[in-house]
Amino acid sequence: MRRIATKATVKAALKLPGSRAAILFALMAVSFAVLASRALYLQWLDNAFLQERGAARYSRELEVPAHRGRIVDRFGNPLAISTPVKSLWAFPQQFDATPAQLASLARVLDTSALALKKRIAGADDFVYLAKQVSPETAERALALKIRGLNDENAYRRYYPGGEVTSQIIGFTGDHDAGQEGMELAQQSWLAGIPGSRRVIVNRRGDVVEDVASIRAPQEGRDLALSIDSRLQYLAFRELKKAVEANKARAGGLVILDVNTGEILALANLPTYNPNNRDRSSRDRMRNRALTDVFEPGSTLKPFTIAAALDIGKVRPDTLIDTNGGVMKIGSATIHDAHREGTLTVSQVIQKSSNIGAAKIALSMSPNTMWRELSEAGFGTMPRTGFPGEASGRLRPAKSWKPIEQATISYGNGISVNLVQLARAYTLFATDGELKPITLLKTDGAVIGHPVIKPKTAAEVRAMLESVTQPGGTAPQAQVRGYRVAGKTGTAHKLENHVYVNKYVASFVGFAPVSNPRLIVAVMIDEPSTGDYYGGGVAGPVFSEVMGAALRMLGVPTDAPVDNVKLPTDADVVKEET
Amino acid sequence: MTRVNLLLLAILVAFALSLVTARHQSRKLFVELERAQADARGFETEYGKLSLEQSTWGMPARIEKVAREQLKMQLPDAGRIVVVSGGTVR
Repeated sequence: MRRIATKATVKAALKLPGSRAAILFALMAVSFAVLASRALYLQWLDNAFLQERGAARYSRELEVPAHRGRIVDRFGNPLAISTPVKSLWAFPQQFDATPAQLASLARVLDTSALALKKRIAGADDFVYLAKQVSPETAERALALKIRGLNDENAYRRYYPGGEVTSQIIGFTGDHDAGQEGMELAQQSWLAGIPGSRRVIVNRRGDVVEDVASIRAPQEGRDLALSIDSRLQYLAFRELKKAVEANKARAGGLVILDVNTGEILALANLPTYNPNNRDRSSRDRMRNRALTDVFEPGSTLKPFTIAAALDIGKVRPDTLIDTNGGVMKIGSATIHDAHREGTLTVSQVIQKSSNIGAAKIALSMSPNTMWRELSEAGFGTMPRTGFPGEASGRLRPAKSWKPIEQATISYGNGISVNLVQLARAYTLFATDGELKPITLLKTDGAVIGHPVIKPKTAAEVRAMLESVTQPGGTAPQAQVRGYRVAGKTGTAHKLENHVYVNKYVASFVGFAPVSNPRLIVAVMIDEPSTGDYYGGGVAGPVFSEVMGAALRMLGVPTDAPVDNVKLPTDADVVKEET
Repeated sequence: MTRVNLLLLAILVAFALSLVTARHQSRKLFVELERAQADARGFETEYGKLSLEQSTWGMPARIEKVAREQLKMQLPDAGRIVVVSGGTVR
């Protein structure tokens, strides 16, 4: 009975109104539809956003740093090196430190809490609290767990050579970009390109899987300069000594390798310390030997003589009457610093006679002379690859009046830079070739461009050697054990188109004469202790540098090493221009 | 039929397990690689620092200063230099 009763109850329940089931069904269908459309929405329409949000939880894009290449000298000694440092920064709105934290931060950063506070208050957007500190310091600062304090990786460039090499190498500015010198010129070679990669990180932020390399980092390449650190230091030391002894305004010294055209040393004064540039003016940063020009004076005479010898106008023993030291050209008068009578062409160089040089110049057409000077590299940039090279000024021959042709013959009315001048002397140090020069290390000898005949070069070489012998203008330039040749220059300076009683003393020469290896050019700007002659001021510097350099390079001697007659004052012939 | 299925199942399980171990291995190796690369970067940094230090100590200016001041050395003047020349020494 009970059983039947139960059945009856079920039956009764099943007999509910059909509409209720329909309502329920409709409700369920609607719910499913909502769910399905939501799923559809998430899966298809909002997918990108969600994927991104998901990825943000496990995936990171990391920058792969690439360091800037080193600059090294010809033996691989570093002259510029990047080391990693950190910078600490904050957004002032987010920065929140307790006074105690601020005090410890100040202690870590070696400053005062007040200074830090000012720094943060003074900025409205983004502020560096410390720039380029060592990674250890940054770590200690971050260990204070100050809110809103962030770090950033950077590189700092160090220059072990300091002021000795600063003007050649230059320096980098923010973001590791070269701003001066070779750092600027070779920026694309030196700069590293940071790469980036996508990784998967775990809950703690450790990288667990490398997903893809987005961009491979490209490390900066090392740059080998032609500079020889030892010679560079030698050049700098001797130049500094001379500039100080003569109380000069500035000075420059270049050592060139005759065979390869490499610049082995290039020193300038005044200079600056690239590791601490705060107090250095732009003026001290200039590489004067390349970017500044001066009137060379008598160091130009050999080119005039070479041009005349080359076309057969004169021979080394041709006699020139120097009129006792005075000569009128048109309305102008030119002088010699010392009176001479009749000189041979060789003696014009040895004793540096302006009138002799002028007479020889005037026997040629302006065009001939211009072409020779131009082919010797005057008036064009020396193309060492250094930024901001000066080309000097050599006016076109068409505009030359006789007085100009005469003064250009002894180096007035023409301007050159020191490197140009040193390079031009490759004509006499080789068989008449002008060699290309470079600041980068090269392998082996380079082919030059022939400018004068080998015979002319040999003749001028002999004349230049006589300059350093008794009776010449620079016996002080002699080097024990080596035959040296060169030419002095003592030029009045031009100020507002007027020659004033300030001088540029110079000496350019090469050695050993039997097989020239090095060219050394010295320029002392405004020596002001009395002596201002090229022979007396620049000659001894040349001698010291050339002697020590040849010994360092192990160049065999080509002259007796003893019995050298030391020059006395009586032997020295003074010159002007 | 059942035996073939069981065999396939066993193979499937084996491969699944090997996949798991391979994944694990690769993660482990990757972590090792990461560490090695971090080490390499560290060494490179240190190399840079050391070569910087070396060249700072070895600068001719410093060598000369030490030679002159601490070791009391001096450059011989021209009169005291004897150049030995002869034979095959160049």
